[in-house]
Amino acid sequence: MKHRAALALALLAMALVPLAGRDYYTTLMLPFFAYGIALFGLNLLFGYTGVLSFGHALFVAVGAYTAAYLTSAFGILHFEVILLVAIGAAVVVAIPVGLLCIRYVKIYFGMLTLAFGMLFYSFLYKFYHLTGGDEGMRVLRPTLLGQSFPTLDKVGFLTGPYYYYSLALLVIATFVMWRVVRSPLGLSLRSIRENPDKAQYVGVSVRRYRFFAFVIAAVFGAVGGALLSIPTGLVDPLLAYWTHSGNLVFMLLLGGFTNFFGPILGAFVFIFLQDQVMSLTQYWRLVFGAILAVVVIFFPHGLMGLVDPRRRAGT
Amino acid sequence: MIEAALAIVLGGVFNAAILFLVSAGLQLVFGVQKIVNLACGSFYALGAYFGISAVQWALGAGTPRPLFLAVLLLSGVALAAIGPVIERLLRTIYARDESFQMLLTFALVLMFEDILRIVWGPRTHVMGGGLYTLYGQLPFGAVKIPVYNLLVILAALAIAILMGLFLARTRFGRIVRATAENREMSEALGVDMARVYARVFTLGTALGTVGGALVVTSTAASLDMGIELIVDAFAVVVIGGLGSMRGAFVGALIVGVLKAVSIATYPELELMAVYMIVIAVLVLRPAGLFARATA
Repeated sequence: MKHRAALALALLAMALVPLAGRDYYTTLMLPFFAYGIALFGLNLLFGYTGVLSFGHALFVAVGAYTAAYLTSAFGILHFEVILLVAIGAAVVVAIPVGLLCIRYVKIYFGMLTLAFGMLFYSFLYKFYHLTGGDEGMRVLRPTLLGQSFPTLDKVGFLTGPYYYYSLALLVIATFVMWRVVRSPLGLSLRSIRENPDKAQYVGVSVRRYRFFAFVIAAVFGAVGGALLSIPTGLVDPLLAYWTHSGNLVFMLLLGGFTNFFGPILGAFVFIFLQDQVMSLTQYWRLVFGAILAVVVIFFPHGLMGLVDPRRRAGT
Repeated sequence: MIEAALAIVLGGVFNAAILFLVSAGLQLVFGVQKIVNLACGSFYALGAYFGISAVQWALGAGTPRPLFLAVLLLSGVALAAIGPVIERLLRTIYARDESFQMLLTFALVLMFEDILRIVWGPRTHVMGGGLYTLYGQLPFGAVKIPVYNLLVILAALAIAILMGLFLARTRFGRIVRATAENREMSEALGVDMARVYARVFTLGTALGTVGGALVVTSTAASLDMGIELIVDAFAVVVIGGLGSMRGAFVGALIVGVLKAVSIATYPELELMAVYMIVIAVLVLRPAGLFARATA
């Protein structure tokens, strides 16, 4: 009951943010929504299945470039179409990549996913005529549910309709992920995390379920990526770079991978802390590196581990 | 035509020599400590910046110019002093899952980038002073290869041979191999694990910093050189097999020459060609070309 109240309160607060009239902070919420969705996917792999991907940014980039391609190259502005195509593209990429990656666990899985991320990065970076190379591609303002909001300027669009659209997507993504981890699939994934051999022995097809988790994670990554690209208005190959994947893992660990809501908290704290630290010093990497080191060494369960130490992921 | 091709390959071998040094450090640390050290690229960048400063200081203090290569080597070795400090930090989570250890080294990557920015500033640094061509150049048809490149290749070869002898023949080398094979057993036999880890990590650090110090004469020291190098070093260890020294050697040659050839023929494929091979190796021989049965 307490948790439901906290959840309702957080949702209400998020819905009220644009009304405060601080457009700067309202637009800062948009990457938070996007990363929150992408991190749900990453945590399905790490927190629930027990394999850490160092290439999740690949799927964020797939989603972002889908949005760029459809809006700039094909003139398709319906955001619902963009999301569906991004999901389709993520599945198409995730099937071969996943089939190869899920054969490995532990550090090999991390290395292989990193390799695929860098392969995609080099494609985006080098194939200039297709992807715009290091200059990237522009993302045009999409229409939401068929509405183009011609009277709103960019900030008005982002802090108004797009804000609530993103928030709604985050709520839907949360709900879907909640159902996924509570489903028999989620239970199987947790059994794989705890003991793959035993899971296999009692009849859980370890590879098949890891593969499902991989594809679902990719879909969440791509939806997050598409959402992320609109406020920026530009996509570039660095979206797929390995350090971006590293930052995603950072956010997840900061929030706490052992808690269902850890990814959301991690994305939120990372985005706003980064904004604050960057306004204080240009050396934000030093500060963030130190924070990550402290989290890894002393608080491996992240902020959620401090707030709610009893609750393990999915228990 | 043949000469031009040879020059390209030689350029690739130069890259391979540097890449071997850094990858050998990565392999040594992984082989013994089972840590994928993402920060080895940061050591490499640190070696490059520090190398320039050391050479400028040494030449200013009256060291004869031809000795700058020795100064670079020494500066790289001296930098290994940071190894034990960082190993002490990593020691706190040896008992933890490998993913956390990799993440801690990612934290180091973030911190090092800003430490370099604070000490040396955001701009790129070049050696300058004509040191790159100081030892002369060998003509290969239309292109000239600096003798410096050949000296670095020889130095890397010498280091490779010394490392091989060290691991095969010395007492400490045997302990290192035994620890890589079976940590609990070596500990049970009385090996002081803390000391072995500290030394191995320091040696791995030194290989990275020396690599950075040697490369900087031919290019420039920049803030992103470390995270860029990781991508190649990573390819090397996957192709060669995690933890294998011979693998680092062969992997570095493959990656170095492949990159040089694809830059000369079809530059779009530079990194892609490397990663295609990485993925092919992972699919066909998941443990790498030279992995031991245990890996």
